[in-house]
Amino acid sequence: MVERISFMLSFSFMQRALIVGLVVSVCASLLGVSLVLKRYAMIGTGLSHVGYAALVGATALGFAPLAVSMPVVVGAAFLLLRLNENSKIKGDSAIALISASSFAVGVIIVSQTTGLNTHVCNAMFGSILAMTRMDLMLSVGLSIAVIVMFVLFYKQIFAVTYDETFALATGTRANAYKSLIAFLTAVTVVLGMRMMGALLIASLIIFPAITAMRLCKSFLSVVIVSVIVAVFCFFVGMMISFELDWPTGASVVSVNLVLFIIFSAAQFIKNRVGVA
Amino acid sequence: MALITCRDAAFAYDGHTVVDGINFEVNTGDYLCIVGENGSGKSTLMKGLLGLMKPKIGSIQTGDSLKPNEIGYLPQQTSAQKDFPASCYEVVLSGRLNSRGIIPFYSRNDRQIAIANMERLGVLTLKRKSFRELSGGQQQRVLLARALCATSKMLLLDEPVSGLDPLATMDLYATIKSLSEDTGITIIMISHDIQAAVSYSSHILHLQNRQIFFGPTSDYAESNAGKRFLSGEQHPKRCCTCTGV
Ligand SMILES: Nc1ncnc2c1ncn2[C@@H]1O[C@H](COP(=O)(O)OP(=O)(O)OP(=O)(O)O)[C@@H](O)[C@H]1O
Ligand SMILES: [Mg+2]
Repeated sequence: MVERISFMLSFSFMQRALIVGLVVSVCASLLGVSLVLKRYAMIGTGLSHVGYAALVGATALGFAPLAVSMPVVVGAAFLLLRLNENSKIKGDSAIALISASSFAVGVIIVSQTTGLNTHVCNAMFGSILAMTRMDLMLSVGLSIAVIVMFVLFYKQIFAVTYDETFALATGTRANAYKSLIAFLTAVTVVLGMRMMGALLIASLIIFPAITAMRLCKSFLSVVIVSVIVAVFCFFVGMMISFELDWPTGASVVSVNLVLFIIFSAAQFIKNRVGVA
Repeated sequence: MALITCRDAAFAYDGHTVVDGINFEVNTGDYLCIVGENGSGKSTLMKGLLGLMKPKIGSIQTGDSLKPNEIGYLPQQTSAQKDFPASCYEVVLSGRLNSRGIIPFYSRNDRQIAIANMERLGVLTLKRKSFRELSGGQQQRVLLARALCATSKMLLLDEPVSGLDPLATMDLYATIKSLSEDTGITIIMISHDIQAAVSYSSHILHLQNRQIFFGPTSDYAESNAGKRFLSGEQHPKRCCTCTGV
């Protein structure tokens, strides 16, 4: 076991992938707690599809992928938040609309451009080989920024997630903090997309939070447990992917699913024992 | 200048006016009770006072440099989700946010105030329990503790005794009274408990989709609205709470 891990880590691309993956997983799981509890979980999916369109669009036009997709996805995050609040279209339908439309745009771009196949595949399913040194530095830097912001604004994030009306009524600028959450989510989605792929980044956001919620009763414990779950699942998923040559993103999500089932079973047993 | 001045204010949902002709003032240290039947616009007015709703016409002005972060609030129905994982302590402590502002984390002082308010409302033993696993009355007390944590100048309470047992109701009235007398915090309370309203408050505002009385509590019993409301026309909700008077 230890041997295999050190063998895996002897490849520098694996080291890079592991570092980026771990910091992105931590970001995604932190934000996921707030998004899941605020019923915004689908924003992750919506944003990843917007990111997909931006990524293939940028590649087709010869622009730097990250430089284009970051502002586009951040813009989409604010738009989704607004739509969620004051439009007549319900939040989840709004997200589905934007998500499907941008996906369609992405597919059209792909079909009209030749020679995009590897890029398309990377954007959809992610690739650990795609990580350059530059990617590494940027991802780690931005992820640390996301984590620091989350810690600094932890009490505001709790207050706005728990009871927005009370926060607003007692003088907290709830909208500013909601925008902060959306902004951090957008950054995390773009970073995670390179590696996990558009299809799977959303699950990095949702899974750890709902897994932790099976057993934890306080907000802080949900946050802490979901970070631990995210880190564990990423590491194990990565090893499986390396040993069995499975796609990384899909492996990580599968481990998340298994852990979710285990936690649910534990919750079920706990409730049973509690009743008896 | 008064703490809050309401001038000919009216409130509407989707253009449909539900309460209008509101004219009153609240001064520092006042204890105002808002009374009226179900659907008469009490909660709506309170949302207006909190800035959660803009008046359709008229104005609400705050004076004496009253800022939103000096206000504590107990909603009639909380907008929080039922299945939210949060301990009681976390919920109460979140009331301290507005006085802490942008500075990260809560201070020792914040924690002590949260504990003191939980003790005051008899929910200190529930500190580590999950909020969603409490009884309705216990939840109400925790939310009251949160409101007390948030207040430094004004406290707005929307039916604070609903769901409380008679003893807790009496305790709560005493707590609010001492808060108002000892610390000079301004109280605005919506209540169906008309007897308690009359015996504790300094002013009464009676709504019936428009303002039908505003003045000192001593004048209310003499007014037409007061006479009618105090004598026969009892509110069904009163029965479970009148024992607390
Ligand atoms: N969100 C809303 N959208 C549309 N109409 C509303 C809304 N909230 C309240 N109303 C209407 O406004 C009127 C006043 O409601 P409000 O909640 O202010 O009554 P209330 O005096 O607090 O009653 P109660 O004693 O039952 O709490 C009611 O007729 C109600 O139907
Ligand atoms: Mg009401």
